[in-house]
Amino acid sequence: MEKGDKVWEVFIQKKAGLAFKHVGNVHGYDKKMAIQNARDLYTRRGEGREIWVVPAEAIVSSPLEQADAFFDPSEDKVYRHPTFYEIPDEVKFI
Amino acid sequence: MDKHEVAFNDLIAQDLKIEPRDWMPEKYRKNLIRQVSQHAHSEIIGMQPEGNWLLRAPSLRAKQVLLAKIQDEAGHGLYLYSVAETLGISRQELVQQLHEGKAKYSSIFNYPTLTWADMGAVGWLVDGAAIVNQVSLQRTSYGPYARSMVRICKEESFHQRQGFEIMVQMAKGTPEQKEMAQDALNRFWEPSLMMFGPHDADSAHSSQSMKWKIKRESNDYLRQKFIDRTVPQIEFLGLTVPDANCKWNEETGHYDHSPFNWDEFWNVVEGNGPCNAERLEHHKKAQSDNAWVREAAYAYAQKTDISAVAQ
Repeated sequence: MEKGDKVWEVFIQKKAGLAFKHVGNVHGYDKKMAIQNARDLYTRRGEGREIWVVPAEAIVSSPLEQADAFFDPSEDKVYRHPTFYEIPDEVKFI
Repeated sequence: MDKHEVAFNDLIAQDLKIEPRDWMPEKYRKNLIRQVSQHAHSEIIGMQPEGNWLLRAPSLRAKQVLLAKIQDEAGHGLYLYSVAETLGISRQELVQQLHEGKAKYSSIFNYPTLTWADMGAVGWLVDGAAIVNQVSLQRTSYGPYARSMVRICKEESFHQRQGFEIMVQMAKGTPEQKEMAQDALNRFWEPSLMMFGPHDADSAHSSQSMKWKIKRESNDYLRQKFIDRTVPQIEFLGLTVPDANCKWNEETGHYDHSPFNWDEFWNVVEGNGPCNAERLEHHKKAQSDNAWVREAAYAYAQKTDISAVAQ
């Protein structure tokens, strides 16, 4: 990578009320350049209301190799889902 | 076969996507880098033949549209460089390979754009052919590549429509304009068809790429699809297909075509087309002319941005 050049991951909120969504990344030397590059690259057709840029190196990922073990604690807890519970048929609105 | 390879093959068989951190065969990675880098460089070099007409566009509207289209091409190049970077190659290396002639770009951009009608033909035929290819690649097995194709296809359809609009204006204009339109079609028709690459039987990378679902449809299949949808558009324009053998074939349900001039194709791929040297020279010059901007941006970031840590 060229001296000072960094990769920034880009997240865009399309409208108020919607979640920010990851759309890709840009290169840039500082925050301002990253935001402007993200605008030019990802919002040429009014796709954005607000942009976040995050240095790619600041993102922490869960392990992929042991993904099964990592997510295992949630696998056997079916009682976290509403369908686990028996409700008499005649009871409504629950 | 080790457990990683089994898992990889299983994902491919199930039509699921491979993501950057997943294990992948080294050849899959290399194949993808080659294809994505060629795709990215094509978008970037493809700005040059169009830039040639930017300051000579016949109206303000035409100029605005052309500028927007060229900006899109830059954007598409950047999406694709990002995809290549997820495979472990840096943008700097990609550009260096282009400059050293190790990485290719689509040969179509080594032809000159001589008249305004060429802007029509490029949008209509070159972008049209690219769209047929890119729609198919939306289903490619590598997740980031597939996502970039979805984005690119959404943006690209304006390119083809603006090209066709120019062709309509020229073909329905004065006799001289119509002649220019026909001339542009004559020059771009066969090179556009050869954009799909060698015939399936002669394509070096095709069969492995199809097995890994990097490519989803064959060169010949996509080429025929493009011919079948484009010939009626040529007829609408009142122009003549520059191939006497291009006729509807009742039996096959497709248009026939003459054999292509592959010697010319390979000659251009090898670097001997009318504009190869000019395109590369221009790119190198832009890169070195802008060196001071990168230096300045670096120095400015060092002084002002707390997140700009020296590397």
